[in-house]
Amino acid sequence: MDLTYPDEAKSFADEVRAFVREKLPHAIRDKVMNGRELERDDNVAWQRILHARGWATPAWPAEYGGPGWTTLQRHMFAEILSEEGAPAFIPFGQEMLAPVLFAVGSREQQQHFLPRIATLEYWFCQGFSEPGAGSDLASLKTRAVLEGDQWVINGQKMWTSTAQNGTHIFLLARTDPAAPKPQMGISMFIFPLAVPGITVRPIITMDGEHHTNEVFFEDVRVPKDAIIGEPNKGWDYAKLLLGHERTTIARVGQSKRQLKRLKKIAGEEMVDGVPLLETPSFRDKVAALEIELMSLDLSVLRMIAGEGKNAPGNEANMVKIKGSEIQQRVTELLVEAVGPAALPYDRAAMHGAGSEDPIGPDYAGTLAASYFMTRVVTIYGGSNEIQRNILAKSLGL
Amino acid sequence: MDFALTETQHLLQDTANRLVRERYGFEERKKILASPAGSSPELWASFAELGLLGIEIAERFGGSEGGFHDLAVVLDAFGRGLVAEPFVPTVVMGAGLISRAGSEAQKAAILPGVAAGTLKLALAYGERRSRYSLNHVETTAKADGDFYVIDGQKSVVLGGDAADQLIVSARTAGKATDPDGISLFLVERGAAGVAIRGYPTVDGTRAAEVTLTGVRVAKTALLGSEDQGLGLVDYAVDRGIAAMCNEALGVMAALNELTLEYLKTRVQFGRPIGKFQVLQHRMVDMEMALEQAKSMAILAAAHVKDGDPRSRAKAISAAKVQIGKSGQVVGRGAIQLHGGIGMTEEYIAAHFFKRLTAIEICFGDIDHHLARFARS
Repeated sequence: MDLTYPDEAKSFADEVRAFVREKLPHAIRDKVMNGRELERDDNVAWQRILHARGWATPAWPAEYGGPGWTTLQRHMFAEILSEEGAPAFIPFGQEMLAPVLFAVGSREQQQHFLPRIATLEYWFCQGFSEPGAGSDLASLKTRAVLEGDQWVINGQKMWTSTAQNGTHIFLLARTDPAAPKPQMGISMFIFPLAVPGITVRPIITMDGEHHTNEVFFEDVRVPKDAIIGEPNKGWDYAKLLLGHERTTIARVGQSKRQLKRLKKIAGEEMVDGVPLLETPSFRDKVAALEIELMSLDLSVLRMIAGEGKNAPGNEANMVKIKGSEIQQRVTELLVEAVGPAALPYDRAAMHGAGSEDPIGPDYAGTLAASYFMTRVVTIYGGSNEIQRNILAKSLGL
Repeated sequence: MDFALTETQHLLQDTANRLVRERYGFEERKKILASPAGSSPELWASFAELGLLGIEIAERFGGSEGGFHDLAVVLDAFGRGLVAEPFVPTVVMGAGLISRAGSEAQKAAILPGVAAGTLKLALAYGERRSRYSLNHVETTAKADGDFYVIDGQKSVVLGGDAADQLIVSARTAGKATDPDGISLFLVERGAAGVAIRGYPTVDGTRAAEVTLTGVRVAKTALLGSEDQGLGLVDYAVDRGIAAMCNEALGVMAALNELTLEYLKTRVQFGRPIGKFQVLQHRMVDMEMALEQAKSMAILAAAHVKDGDPRSRAKAISAAKVQIGKSGQVVGRGAIQLHGGIGMTEEYIAAHFFKRLTAIEICFGDIDHHLARFARS
């Protein structure tokens, strides 16, 4: 047993940290550090900076333009980026779709899409959930019918996050309604959002912001080769892709950054002349959270080192559950930390540089909205109830 | 021992529930909140016509001289409808405080207006650095002949932007956190030197930052005795807590009903999701949280006028802790059980959750009231 990082890992970490500190634009860093909304341009700008360094797609194999890092390096990279206030990757193209393209995409699809995903020239979004198909994704009803050399698509998708910024979508649609099991009649397609018949309607979430959308498909015609892999195999590809979502969903680096912020704020907030962080009740809550996070951090490292006794899929379910619970706990304590200053709704604080005359301390304006929005992390990517069902099944229950 | 509602309370409950149902649907509420004032003069006028604004006010000032339990049933109904009018600041805290501490002249000048719906009040006690402590008052009031001159800033004043008159806590003696030396003043919203910056809070209600710059008020504007205002602020805030506890009952009851209905009707994997045991247990926990809260909200209402401030503090703080905890169980649970749809602004579940969050914060959070309970 040796819990220290090898020397080469340390010098790798130094190199990454130095790079982020030098190249990450201050305006973008400020937004991330203070929980403000990022604009489309912010994500694209940062992606291009990483691309120029060859680090835009850390998880990709070298043959597709990845840096050829070890799993540990990739983990350290993601964590350092989060800690230093870099925007999270837009996961849909590079983290979710790309592994499917590596596995079953045609040569043409790989050559056309992968380089454009790497620069965010193509911004993908995910067309999976539907009004009647959430946790029970396999019950989806959107139809794709082959007519001549075109697929004709009709239906409705929901929770299509970032579609307002997106250029492309990967979509699950039913191609064989007569299949013996619903999972066996689904195919996956990729195509541009700017084709006739697609309507994107915003869904405003309870933080008052526009993160996600409904997308309607009315006689949308896409070429025959818009399908990925084989017809009616889409469910298998989706599982591959959702498995990927769960490993990145632990968000250890982000939670470390948030914990640091919580301590800073709780150190500035005064309760009857004492910093909040020094009051026993609050201090203990922060300590308990920090211990949870330390445990998760090491669990993720153990999982990376491949020393856990469970199959990798199950470990991903576990870190998804713990990671999402920790993310929520930090936002709960952040709201608690600022007291009544969390009450004013300050939309300006969510955008740009904050309002000119903030009502409370300038860090307070985004905290309630962030608490509200973070309720979603135990819902999306397969709700925590579904994750626990999967784990229970793996225990033989 | 009798937990049954009186005939009057049944009547009030029916009246308030009907008003909310007929006049304050989710869409109507949205429109009202989006209007510049963020509140509805028509609705307020209806409150007055139906006698809801004068429930506790003495008959000679136009009220019906009822008790806090009468108010409580109305607040429950307002919770169910997420009524975002400044009822608690004006009726419960403002008029309640004037009734308790006002001179005969002050009562005559204010209470009839409150009962008639022509006068709104707000208690401006919090400051940017006070957090939840009522004795942290940096705003000053200096005697100057027949006047006091008030300077300072009040923060997150609930209902502050709608108020015609503010009840301002200011220091007439001592240091910023001394319990003694705090006095209360009635300040007209239009008085020279008063600047009110209103804004919505995260749950859709309204608050304001109030800046007082050399505001001159007559000696007759003093409410209660000079330097002895802290006990009155404490009383008014306890009233506010008891009120919000009862409002929270309505919020939680409505949210539980909504969630239960969703569990019975949302079908996934070929059956209603309420057939899954893990969701059943969570729903049951939410129901139990509501029952626990109900008991403590009743206790709070019973102790509002407790003559012993320590016994009152103990009951009120205990209730605030329980309502905070129950609000978390119900609010967070409801969003989780709804899944994605619970996250959206278009659906009412999120609005119930946000109101519960605001109630948890208002007048002191769980830790604050745990400590106050332990001290009392």
